[in-house]
Amino acid sequence: MPIVTALLAGLLFGLGLIVSGMADPSKVLGFLDLAGAWDPSLAFVMAGAIAVGLGAFAVARRRRTSLIGLDMKLPASATVDRRLLGGSLLFGIGWGIAGLCPGPGLVALGMGQPKATVFVLAMLAGMGIFEWLESRAPKATQGQT
Amino acid sequence: MNTAWNAFTPYASLAGGAVIGLAASVLVLFNGRIAGISGVLGGLLEPRAGDTGWRLAFVGGLVAAPAVYALFAPVPSPHVSASWGAMVLAGLLVGVGTRYGSGCTSGHGVCGLSRLSPRSLAATATFMAAGFATVLLVRHGLVH
Repeated sequence: MPIVTALLAGLLFGLGLIVSGMADPSKVLGFLDLAGAWDPSLAFVMAGAIAVGLGAFAVARRRRTSLIGLDMKLPASATVDRRLLGGSLLFGIGWGIAGLCPGPGLVALGMGQPKATVFVLAMLAGMGIFEWLESRAPKATQGQT
Repeated sequence: MNTAWNAFTPYASLAGGAVIGLAASVLVLFNGRIAGISGVLGGLLEPRAGDTGWRLAFVGGLVAAPAVYALFAPVPSPHVSASWGAMVLAGLLVGVGTRYGSGCTSGHGVCGLSRLSPRSLAATATFMAAGFATVLLVRHGLVH
């Protein structure tokens, strides 16, 4: 059952990205290009997603188990530190260069876009570099979202 | 600021966004997990027993989405303007950055803001600002 619901969630997420136009890097870059011909669409995607998400997460926050009895694993950390901001800064630079973030990267890979495939492979390599650096610096890893 | 009214898709983007919100709702209400793509992928690189199946299924759903969409309508083709080298650099930055920052546009942007998390708000403001600054430099600045 958890496999089926996760597959459904991934599928819906991908379909939402295609419908919203966010699987197209040129549309994302159109939003990030404030000095050019600005396309506000991405803000509407966020608004639509959050409008629906607010209700679900309000319910989730009050539960200790999911609807099928699994542990509710919500991030507990509220700390804003250099790690969070530095990582987000690097991510934002990469996002601005390619116009792709992880979700649209995977969807564009599913469309057979060759450059998106290269992007996803490099992204996985970057995540591997993170794991390697973490294994060299024995510290408590924070909860990932 | 010039708004690109011809490119602006308010209804499709709002509707697509709502479907993304529904996807995040399904994952949190049934699986009890945050639909953060970088976190889901990252967990596959440090696999734990009993924790990989749902991750593979979620990623599989994302990759299969264009094929399912194609059953109903022609899939719009993505336009990539960056060079091959730029895509490699961008991918590395996104991979390292999202793991240090504990999330991306989905985990912090969609789920974190839906949870009203101050941490996710700080992360989202940071990567948005970095994205705006990067595009400003690449498209209008000295970097080519």
